[in-house]
Amino acid sequence: MIAELEELQKRAETEIAGAGTEKELQEVKTRYLGRKGLLTGLLRNIANVSPNERPLFGRQSNEVKDILTGKIEAALQGIKAVEKGDTLARERVDVTLEGRRIKPGRLHPVTQVREEICSIFASFGFSVVEGPEVEQDYYNFEALNIPKDHPARDMQDTFYIEDNIVLRTHTSPVQVRTMLKQPPPVRILSPGRVYRPDSDVSHTPMFHQIEGLLVDKEVTFADLKGILTVFLQEVFGGDTLIRFRPSFFPFTEPSAEVDIQCVMCRGEGCRVCGQTGWLEILGAGMVHPEVFKNVGYDPEEYSGFAFGLGIERIAMLKYGISDIRLFFENDWRFLEQF
Amino acid sequence: MQVSIKWLKDYIEIDLTPEELAAKLTMAGLEVEAVERKSPSFSGVVVAKILSISRHPNADKLSLCRISTGAEEYAVVCGASNIREGDVVPLAKVGATIPGGYTIKRSQIRGELSEGMLCSEEELEIGGDNTGIMILPPDLALGQDLADALELGDTVMDIGVTPNRADCLSMIGVAREIAALTGQRVKYPEIVFEETQEDIRSITSVKIEAPDLCPRYTARILKGVKIGPSPFWMRQRLEAVGLRAINNVVDVTNFVMMEFGQPLHAFDYRFLEEGRIVVRRSRAGESFVSLDEKERTLRQDTLMICDGKKPVAIAGIMGGLNSEVKDDTKMVLLESAYFQPSSIRRSARWLGMGTDAAFRFERGIDPGGVTTALDRAAQLIAETAGASVCKGIVDEYPVKIGVSEAIPLRVDRVNGILGSRFEEGEIIDALKSLGMTVSATEKAGAYSVNPPSCRVDILEEIDLIEEVARLIGYDRIDQTLPRIAVKPLVKEKKQILIENIRRTLNGGGFSEVIHYSFITPKSCEILNIPAEDDRAKTLRISNPLTDDQAVMRTTLVYSLLDTMRTNANNGCHNLKIFETGKIFVDCGRGELPLEKERLGGLLTGLSYDDFWHLKEPPADFYSLKGVVEDLFDALRLSDTRYDASRTEPFLHPGRSCTVFVNQEPVGFLGEVHPDVQSRMDLRNRALVFELDLDALARHFTGLVHYREVSKYPATSRDVAFLIRNDIEAAEMIRLGSLSGEELLEKMNIFDIYVGDKVPDGMKSLGVRFSYRSPHRTLKDEEVNEVHRNIVNGIVRAAGAKIRGENN
Repeated sequence: MIAELEELQKRAETEIAGAGTEKELQEVKTRYLGRKGLLTGLLRNIANVSPNERPLFGRQSNEVKDILTGKIEAALQGIKAVEKGDTLARERVDVTLEGRRIKPGRLHPVTQVREEICSIFASFGFSVVEGPEVEQDYYNFEALNIPKDHPARDMQDTFYIEDNIVLRTHTSPVQVRTMLKQPPPVRILSPGRVYRPDSDVSHTPMFHQIEGLLVDKEVTFADLKGILTVFLQEVFGGDTLIRFRPSFFPFTEPSAEVDIQCVMCRGEGCRVCGQTGWLEILGAGMVHPEVFKNVGYDPEEYSGFAFGLGIERIAMLKYGISDIRLFFENDWRFLEQF
Repeated sequence: MQVSIKWLKDYIEIDLTPEELAAKLTMAGLEVEAVERKSPSFSGVVVAKILSISRHPNADKLSLCRISTGAEEYAVVCGASNIREGDVVPLAKVGATIPGGYTIKRSQIRGELSEGMLCSEEELEIGGDNTGIMILPPDLALGQDLADALELGDTVMDIGVTPNRADCLSMIGVAREIAALTGQRVKYPEIVFEETQEDIRSITSVKIEAPDLCPRYTARILKGVKIGPSPFWMRQRLEAVGLRAINNVVDVTNFVMMEFGQPLHAFDYRFLEEGRIVVRRSRAGESFVSLDEKERTLRQDTLMICDGKKPVAIAGIMGGLNSEVKDDTKMVLLESAYFQPSSIRRSARWLGMGTDAAFRFERGIDPGGVTTALDRAAQLIAETAGASVCKGIVDEYPVKIGVSEAIPLRVDRVNGILGSRFEEGEIIDALKSLGMTVSATEKAGAYSVNPPSCRVDILEEIDLIEEVARLIGYDRIDQTLPRIAVKPLVKEKKQILIENIRRTLNGGGFSEVIHYSFITPKSCEILNIPAEDDRAKTLRISNPLTDDQAVMRTTLVYSLLDTMRTNANNGCHNLKIFETGKIFVDCGRGELPLEKERLGGLLTGLSYDDFWHLKEPPADFYSLKGVVEDLFDALRLSDTRYDASRTEPFLHPGRSCTVFVNQEPVGFLGEVHPDVQSRMDLRNRALVFELDLDALARHFTGLVHYREVSKYPATSRDVAFLIRNDIEAAEMIRLGSLSGEELLEKMNIFDIYVGDKVPDGMKSLGVRFSYRSPHRTLKDEEVNEVHRNIVNGIVRAAGAKIRGENN
């Protein structure tokens, strides 16, 4: 009987090893270990075993049962693992196909540059103030020390609605309106659309300006130099060379044009900077006493500086855009790059 | 302004290279925009003399010349008729190159040997004269290189003179500036000439009838004028700065204008009726033919120079054809005057005549230089046209021209404004170098300054401070940061709103566009906007650049559609774009328009172009509405309503609505009207919205109201109602909420069916009711009771039937 048991174990082990699927394995299990299985059958014949062999036979057959159960379980795990592997392999995707994207939209480059500039000046405490785009001649010109029939008007060609109503040529009228509304100190930034009749690669009839104004006691030209230097180095990099040279604006005196070292050629001279190595980037100056008088500030008590720059010009230099008109054509292929 | 360095050197020593000079001027406020070296565009051309001229045997129009360069002789065939034996002329020798890339070769011309070419000014690009061979001054050394002999090389600077620096609109003006910067002295031309015995007052007189516009008028008379070309040195200088040489008298007036900055005019005396000058205002409708041969009808108040009977010049702008200096002019009245700047500017602008003279007068010429320039011109006409100058000048000077009085200057104010630490002596020296008289006052550190008469821009202390700063140099001023109080940054609610909107729309795939604020006047018609609509009241620009930029927009929709069209033409059919910007509503003459800030958006096509995976339907009404709903959600605006009964003329009447926030209309959204689509040539369906940002800002708080999240489960009931097709979803939800039942958490429409299985005019609406309590788990029975009441309420109010129910 013991020999039979050993024989049975050997056969069962061979069959377990030979079972390729879960189903085959189940069949093997039923055949040997099921209620009507071969091992069970053998145990049922324990009566035929001699009494002194019985304990050994009982122990051995239980061992065989455990061994076979264990082997079937192990084989089952093995088969399952293979099958799972097959399934996962079948589920493979092509990871190089484009994903299902939301494609977030982009902000217009003018807005991006405007936000950057505003946030730099926000850190100096400049608040953003806006004003009308269609303006009285008075706020756009006269209050800014640009009388009618003055040659300084040639500096800014103007769109007219009527004799005394214009599309603002700069955002300076916002400064006048602000100063008329509040006593000093003033620390404001006025960004916005401005208009001048001109159209070529470097001019569009509408463009964007940001102007800043700081009025307080004892504000100096040296302060103007300081703030604008910090600002320009923030935008164009800390090693950018900056120069201030005398110029003329009717509403500031002394006035300055501020140049940065050409970002294209690093001062060597190229087409972009007209071989000068410098790029004109903003206009600035100390607020003219006449402007202070027009808004009821005492120029002996207060002083201040103002500056203005074209947002498109900065964006063109930052991104290397050579034609300003592209900003307003709204071609998707342009917009999606920013 | 073009400035010739060669010409400048007539008045000042310059040791600097042109680049160094340009840099110095630029850093002092005279921006040199370009430096152009002008070198002769020929080589191998020498000074030569015509020894003899004989006729060409085989050609009537050619002659044979023997030419000497001193050392050698050449035979040259020449076609010009202006040459005489003994003339000194330019000879392009064999091997010479002349402009246009020609190389001179030894050749046979009609059988005669020619060893070179005699050249005209134009052929050598020295001047504009093409009438014959250039005749050179007889004293030039034969055989010398022509460029050296005529000192042809020059460097011309283009200076962008700012409107305040009228004093720099001349060579001497720029020389003065250089003198202040380099410490050199200006060498003014020596003005000496002889006068005849004949007194000018016996010949002419000047009467000023408009002294407010013409405070000073001076004149001289020159007789025996012989009109001809002016000398080469003068033509060379004029042409270097971009002026055309005409004849010796006209050239002198231009030369002196460029030299001193005082515009002059020469009249042919024989055409001055009554031989006198009257300065008066024009009469409205008066007509006048100016030197450019154009007839102009004048308006009132244009200052005119007249003779005894008629106008002969538009004062300060242009002379008249009727009194022009001609080839046979013998006697000239020379004018040098001061005209009131703003009057000249008004007239020049109105007439559209921006002449060199007007440019200078309107900026303000040197009141102290009027007679100097007159005398200088008389001297030069006497020299170059062989004229004799009659004795004396007529100087009518009825109104004293305002020159600035002594200006007080405080040294501490200079450093206070500039933030500089300039020494007192340094400041005074800077002002003196500009020709100012600086006198000390009793008070320490206080001075009294008189600027020279040419500096019409210097009127007050701040002007002096600027002069000090630019002369000592902006780079000598430190960089400091202002000492200013810390204060909270003010950010307007609208700014925060717009930032939120940009972020949300970006997240939803919308990109920002920026359009011009002006559009075509046809936009209203294209958009179906009727005349009585406020948006048809467009503000017109009186001087637009182009017709399609002639009115200020009253809606963002037109620009958005226009951008859709241009992108479609570029092959881009899927767009999600938005813009924030102003619209303008005309409020009548003399009034500023109403400016309102708007948010506009456009959606068309697919989210994905040719995507490999799912095929989504192109954007429709609900795609757009979802965008707007998401936006309101992000802005925490929850009380919103979409009203189809009010819509826009440019939108599809069945697929558009007005949008309400807190019961206030704030804009519209919908599909573009098919008529508008076809008028704008848009093939794909366009969906647009426009919202009033000022209104949104009123409702926007940015506040979040947190509600406790219930720990208890929700239970839902689905009902399919059969209702009339025209009952809107919102109405069903409103009817459900009428119950005021607290346990009803949410109703949403999960199915809509119209078709065979429901009667005509009806639809089946699947509604899911969710019930939940924040305090406990609900029992079925209590939900059933609440639910039954709500459903019954809806059935009654909407006349609905129940098609099916599912718990």
